[in-house]
Amino acid sequence: MAETGALAKPFYGLSSRQRDVLLQAVTPPLIALAGFAALLAAYGKNPLAAYWDVLHGTFGSVRGLTEVFVIMIPLMFCALAVAIPARIGMVNVGGEGQLYIGAIFAAYAPLTWPDLPTAVMLPLMMCAAFIGGGLWAGLCGYLRAKSLVSEVLSTLLMNSVAGFLLQYLVFGVWHDPKSSNFPQSKPYPAAAVLPHLGTGRLHVGLFFALGTIALFWFVLYKTRWGYEMRAIGGNQEAARRSGIPIVRYIVLLFVIGGGIAGIGGMAETSAIQGRLRPGFSSSYGYIGFLVSWMSGHNPLLIVVISFLLAVITSGRDVLQITQDLPGAAVNILMALILFVVLARRGTQAETR
Amino acid sequence: MNIAFIAGVLSNAVLSGTFILYATVGEVIGERAGIVNLGLEGVMLVGAVMGFVVTAQTGNPYLGVLAAALAGAAFNMIFAYLVVTRRGNQLASGLTLMFFAQGVTAIIGKAFVGKPITGLTDLRIPGLAELPVVGHALFQKDLLVYLVIPITVAAWFLLYRTSWGLRMRAVGEDKTVAFAAGLKPHRLQYQALFIAGLLGGIGGGHLSIAYTKTWQEGMTAGAGFIAVGLVIFAAWSPVRAILGAVVFGGAVALQLQLQARGANVSPFLLDMIPYLLVLVVLMLFGRVKGRVVPAGLKDVFEGTG
Repeated sequence: MAETGALAKPFYGLSSRQRDVLLQAVTPPLIALAGFAALLAAYGKNPLAAYWDVLHGTFGSVRGLTEVFVIMIPLMFCALAVAIPARIGMVNVGGEGQLYIGAIFAAYAPLTWPDLPTAVMLPLMMCAAFIGGGLWAGLCGYLRAKSLVSEVLSTLLMNSVAGFLLQYLVFGVWHDPKSSNFPQSKPYPAAAVLPHLGTGRLHVGLFFALGTIALFWFVLYKTRWGYEMRAIGGNQEAARRSGIPIVRYIVLLFVIGGGIAGIGGMAETSAIQGRLRPGFSSSYGYIGFLVSWMSGHNPLLIVVISFLLAVITSGRDVLQITQDLPGAAVNILMALILFVVLARRGTQAETR
Repeated sequence: MNIAFIAGVLSNAVLSGTFILYATVGEVIGERAGIVNLGLEGVMLVGAVMGFVVTAQTGNPYLGVLAAALAGAAFNMIFAYLVVTRRGNQLASGLTLMFFAQGVTAIIGKAFVGKPITGLTDLRIPGLAELPVVGHALFQKDLLVYLVIPITVAAWFLLYRTSWGLRMRAVGEDKTVAFAAGLKPHRLQYQALFIAGLLGGIGGGHLSIAYTKTWQEGMTAGAGFIAVGLVIFAAWSPVRAILGAVVFGGAVALQLQLQARGANVSPFLLDMIPYLLVLVVLMLFGRVKGRVVPAGLKDVFEGTG
C-alpha cells in the first residue's frame, strides 16, 4: 500500500492523512463498542453495566488508573517492535516471542549472580534483553531478507517456540525449589527490580518506553536513516535502485524492534513479577501488534492507542470478576475496533 | 524401537496429519484465489468449539462435524467481507480475525471446558484392521480420517480440472486481468473463502471431536499458522499438501510417543519440534519468490503498508 503521505512535510510526525486518521479515531471505537454491547446483550449480560464496571475499575480510582499505565508499558514496547520494521513494509508478528526471550535473557544475570549491585545488574539485564529479543527477531529478518521464509510465518512460529522455551526453563533448570509445583523461577534480588514510582506498581519502564518512542519519532522524521526508511516503505523498488541497502535495513530494523520488545519483557518481569513466570504476558505482544496497526505505525498515535487498549486490557480482569466473562472476551472488543479501522482504511486506499 | 512404538507413532501421525490437512487444503484454495488468511487459526478454533458444543448437546458427532464446517465457513465470511469487499490488509485482517475468534470461542466454550464427549467413533474396516502395525493406525479410525484424502483429491480436481477452478486461479494470478476478461473476481473469492472456511472448520472440528475429544481455550495452539506455512511448502498444490501433513503429523506423533515413553527430555523441548520442523522445512523448500506462487499473493508476502 503506497504511503503517499509518508514523505510529505511532517506535522509533528503526522502527515495530513494521519491527522485525518486522528480526527476519525473516535468513531471506530464507538462502532466497536456498540457491536460488543450487542454481543454482550446476546450473551445475556447487561452491556451498560459491563461498560460501567470497566470505566469504574479503570478511571474510578487512582489504583485503577495506575494499572492502565502499567499495562501501557509492555504495549508500547511491543507496538514499537511492530512499528519499526513496518516502516519499511515488514510485518513483525513476533512481539510475543521477543518479549519472552527478552525476559529469559534478562533473567540469567539475577538468577546466576544474585549479588551484583544495582548499577551493574539493571544495565546488564537490559542489554541482555535487547540482545536476546534482537537475535530472535533478527533471525526472522535475515530469513526474510534472503527471501527464504516469509517474516509473517517465521515470527508467528517463533512465538510458539519461545513460549515453550520459557516453560522449559521455569519447569526445569530455573525452577524455584521453594515454589513446589508453581512453575516459576526464584524471586529476583532487590537489585534486579526496576525502581517503582511511588508506592504502586507503576515503574520507570514507562519513561523508557516513552523515551524510546520519542527516539523513534526523532530518527524517523529528523535523520537521513528515517528518510531512507520512509523511502523504502513508500516504494521498495525505487529505494533499491537509488542505492539504499534494503537487506541491511531489514535485518537491522528487525533486530532493533525485537530488542525493544525484549526490553519490554525485561521490564515486566523485573518490575511487576519480580521473577520469571510463564504467564507474565497477557498477549501483550499480539495486542502491541494491534496497537501499531491501529496507529498506522505512527509514534505519537502509538501512545494514544496504547492507552486505549490498555484500558480495555485492564477491563479484562474487571469483567472476569464482576460479569463472570472469560478473560479472552475483551479480545472481541479489540478485534471489533480493528475490523472497523481495517475496513475503513482499505476502502480509503482504494478511492485514493 | 519396537513394533508398538512404531504403531503408536503411525496412529497419532494419522490423526494429527488429518486435521492439519483439512486446514491446509482449505488454505490452498483460498490462496489460489489470491488471499492469504492468517485467520485460519481462528477459523479452526471456531470449528473446534462449535463442533464440540453441538456434539455435546445433541450427542451426535456427525452433526458436530456439520456444525464445525458451517461455523468455520460463516466465520470466514467476516474475513472475506474485510479483505474482498473492503480491501483491508490481508495479514492484519487475518490476525484480527484470530483475535476475534479467541474471544468468541472462549465465551461459547466456557461451559464446556473439561466436559467429556464420546466424539467420533472409530470405524473398523474388517480384514484390514487386523494387519500388523498399520492395521490399527490406518484402518480403525474415524470417518474424517478416511475422507481426508478423497477430499484433498477432490480439491485438486476442483482447482485443476473444472472451469470454476480455472477461473478462480485466474483471479488469484491477476484480479484486474480476470475482471477485464469478464470474470467476477469478488464473487469467486467469496466462494473460495467459503470453501476454505468449511475445510478449516472441519479441521478444527476433527481436533476437538475426534482427536482430543475435549474443548480447551486456544486449543489449536498455532496449528492454523502451521497450515499456512505448509501451503508454501506444498507449493500451493492440494496433493503436495499431503506430504506436508505427513511431515507435520509425523513430528507431532514422534514427540507424543517420546513423551509417553518417558524419554529423558523435557516435554517442552519436544513440544517445539513441530514448529521448528515447519520453519526448517520452509527454509529449505519454501522460497518466497518461487515461480509457483500465485502472482496475486506476491504483494501480500512482500510488502504491506
